[in-house]
Amino acid sequence: MQKANVQRSTSNAQRPTQTDQRDVGIPLRIVFVGHVDHGKSTLIGRILHDTDSLPEGKIEMVKKACAAEGMEFEFAFVLDALLEEQKQNVTIDTTEIRFKTKRRKYIIIDAPGHKEFLKNMITGASRADAAVLVIAANEGVREQSRRHAYLLSLLGIKQLIVVVNKMDLADFSEEKFQEIEKEYRKFLAELGLEARVFVPASAKNGDNVASTSSPSDESVRMADKKMKWHRGPSVLEALDLLEPQSADVDLPLRFCVQDVYRFDERRIIAGRIETGKLRVGDELVFSPANKASKVQSIEEWGGNGDGEAVAGDSIGITLTEQIFVERGYVASHQTDTPIEANRVHADVFWIVREPMRSGRLYDLRLATQEVKCEIVSIDQVMDSSSLESTTEKREQLERNEVGRLTIQTRSPLVIDNHDRIPKLGRFVIVDDDQICGGGTIFGGVYTDRIVAKSKNIFWVEGKITAEARAARTGHRGAVVWFTGLSGAGKSTIAQALERELFARGMQTYVLDGDNIRHGLNSNLGFSPEDRVENIRRVSEVAKLMADSGVVAITAFISPYRMDRRRAREIVLEGNAEFVEVFVDAPLAVCEARDPKNLYKKARAGEIREFTGIDAPYEPPEDAEINVHTDRQTVNESVATILEGLLPRLKPEQADA
Amino acid sequence: MIVITRVASGSVNRPYLTEPMKQTTQRTHLDELENQSIFIFREAYHAFKNIAMPWSMGKDSNVLIWLARKAFFGRVPFPVLHIDTTYEFPEMLEFREWAKKHHNLNLIVKINIEARERGIGYETHDPVTVTHELKTVALQQVLAEYKWDALITGIRRDEDPTRAKERYFSPRNAQFEWDYKDQPPEFWGQFATSSAKGEHVRVQPLLDWTEVDVWRYIQRENIPIPQMYFSRNGKRFRSLGCSPITHPIKSNASNIDEIIAELEATKVGERAGRAQDHYERNAMQKLRAKGFL
Repeated sequence: MQKANVQRSTSNAQRPTQTDQRDVGIPLRIVFVGHVDHGKSTLIGRILHDTDSLPEGKIEMVKKACAAEGMEFEFAFVLDALLEEQKQNVTIDTTEIRFKTKRRKYIIIDAPGHKEFLKNMITGASRADAAVLVIAANEGVREQSRRHAYLLSLLGIKQLIVVVNKMDLADFSEEKFQEIEKEYRKFLAELGLEARVFVPASAKNGDNVASTSSPSDESVRMADKKMKWHRGPSVLEALDLLEPQSADVDLPLRFCVQDVYRFDERRIIAGRIETGKLRVGDELVFSPANKASKVQSIEEWGGNGDGEAVAGDSIGITLTEQIFVERGYVASHQTDTPIEANRVHADVFWIVREPMRSGRLYDLRLATQEVKCEIVSIDQVMDSSSLESTTEKREQLERNEVGRLTIQTRSPLVIDNHDRIPKLGRFVIVDDDQICGGGTIFGGVYTDRIVAKSKNIFWVEGKITAEARAARTGHRGAVVWFTGLSGAGKSTIAQALERELFARGMQTYVLDGDNIRHGLNSNLGFSPEDRVENIRRVSEVAKLMADSGVVAITAFISPYRMDRRRAREIVLEGNAEFVEVFVDAPLAVCEARDPKNLYKKARAGEIREFTGIDAPYEPPEDAEINVHTDRQTVNESVATILEGLLPRLKPEQADA
Repeated sequence: MIVITRVASGSVNRPYLTEPMKQTTQRTHLDELENQSIFIFREAYHAFKNIAMPWSMGKDSNVLIWLARKAFFGRVPFPVLHIDTTYEFPEMLEFREWAKKHHNLNLIVKINIEARERGIGYETHDPVTVTHELKTVALQQVLAEYKWDALITGIRRDEDPTRAKERYFSPRNAQFEWDYKDQPPEFWGQFATSSAKGEHVRVQPLLDWTEVDVWRYIQRENIPIPQMYFSRNGKRFRSLGCSPITHPIKSNASNIDEIIAELEATKVGERAGRAQDHYERNAMQKLRAKGFL
């Protein structure tokens, strides 16, 4: 054994200096799990030894220490010694150990710790590409063998190797091995998992751990003799057969927007491509708004990119049409869009002491989306340690339980089923800014918008405050006051804006000539006095609506600055926002459009005191938002308004 | 004399490029690390209103600047903080001024003047005390002044045992304490993105990088770093800190290829030349528990 070691280190020293492809390639992250004392540590120690990954003299040191204590040397001690060095006084809950095979680099993610096992296992194992599950041949499938496999299925780790270890304690019996394989395969199938391969081995002796093609290793030849019946790969060969979970690039495009940057004249939509590919010129659909635009460029600092980006890339793009996009939007190709839903079925695991309760509002974060959600029903609950499940009626999910839940979200969520596109099919549940659990979405999606049964979540004693209304609706009340010439596009944009706000689950309503002039103001004409009174009444109505929590949009020419100032004063008496939007287009453009032939009639003298012709229009000097409909499309105008408006509608933070 | 030179493979000094070089080969581990770091930068920039990035001018620090510029399309959109202990190598200060202009940085320099006036210094005090006063306390002072809610740091898991179990987003309380026994779970690209009043979050985009990864990336991107990392007269600095307590190692590595070859052969820790780590048993852990980066 020592001889082999010396030989390896010499060959190491002679390694050519040119770049080793294994160093540049993407490492495979593996997690080792299995029942206690089934030999995980021994297997890891053995792998580190057989791949020459241990620091010089480590084995000798541990052997000496064992001799001094009168103990038999075990490879598990090597791993313990390595971890001991790493931990000093700190209890390590996840750490990384690296090794290399002929094919590639590996990172072992060790997730020990029996306390808070679920939380630590999830933090560690969620980053793994594959798992090695160890079962001792002499003991067979045990409780943790099942529990750990269940957690792997929950985390969506599909690549699995099962090592049937301690074959030396089962007389290297093919029958015993097959018995375990049969039993365990059946169990895995129930979880929807399939092991890539079952490998019989004895980590202690090194039987069938390293590659059988390294003839210098005596123990491997011994293994060949002992388990001649095994036709499959050794443990390391089996690992080399696995692939990083990067099939992501072959899935449909999901580009999740992190932010929109305007550091200079460019409007860059920054985010990460979770799956699929994106090219310059691609027509993208942004969900949930369902607006389309083309990729104009892929922005890259100093890049002269090839115009393509793939899964895993953190990129920035610009669009040909400036539609409204914000964090949380998901871009896809038109041919394969994600699902929009308010209601999802999910398996949710819970990892904090305070249980997850029905009727309580939580934040749900999925990729870069964040929405409010609540439990509609708890359909089944499983204890993650005993794997016992119950379908009795439950109102809450306790720590370490996994529940099959129906969840309702306040605003639409863009999702995929977890088994199809894992990265868009999983989420975390956040309460009071703490990650408390996670879940995976399954089984088709309900798109009906039936609101969950009211649960009096926002029951308030006494007077209902603006804050309480905002807490319920998720936004403040406001008056969005459009002003501009006839034909500038006020009504069109107001209605498009209303649809956008409505689609976000917001309460909104447009006040315009059609619904005001014929009823409330039917006794008013177009004289200067009547115009003033018209705007005053509109202001008062808009104020009442805003106070009730609605985003009221008014679409009137409202030509006089003084009238608009008074409208602002009226609205601000209440507790609502007032946002003036100047819908700006040159008179010539409006006159050319003349949708109702009013300009023509005014020019002909058929209409008197028509704004822009024989009555003045006083453009705003400091409107909150300006749109230019002569050079912006309706979508672009709406995008500009949303950018300015939405931040003002956010409910005030309690801590601000 | 300008001391900053970019050393490319083969030890040929090349003029500065103003922009990174584009790689066209298929995705590598470095690509994966780079993209993950950019993602973390952007998540932090979105989650926190008031961010700063400590910058020591060391190699990891300069990689951070580079990644920030990649994340934000050429800009570093938050202030960069140098905690000046007044024991800086003159070459490093020269590099600081050059790099500040080169990267167009909003640089804040902080010195714990009060401690220096009290006579705290390496001439009279032990390195753990001095490092604590001139670095950690200085950081606390400047944090109180600017009320940053997040700091972007360049620490890596492989640097030191106490850093192995860090999270990408790691909350610190008002006393700067790090509760390593009860860390928030972190998975599926979701992080602990809030901080209460007086608390801040350490954001650590380089957590998964190794020392060799950092060097390979500096080489690939041609990132400017101080010349002190390269061998002169048979010695070079592997890690840079205060001049009285930072010692060079014996090395003939005068370019990045040679440094990488050297690192792959060595069994000596990266921070072996940093005296404050070894002043007493577990010195690093004590420093870190008190808020040292």
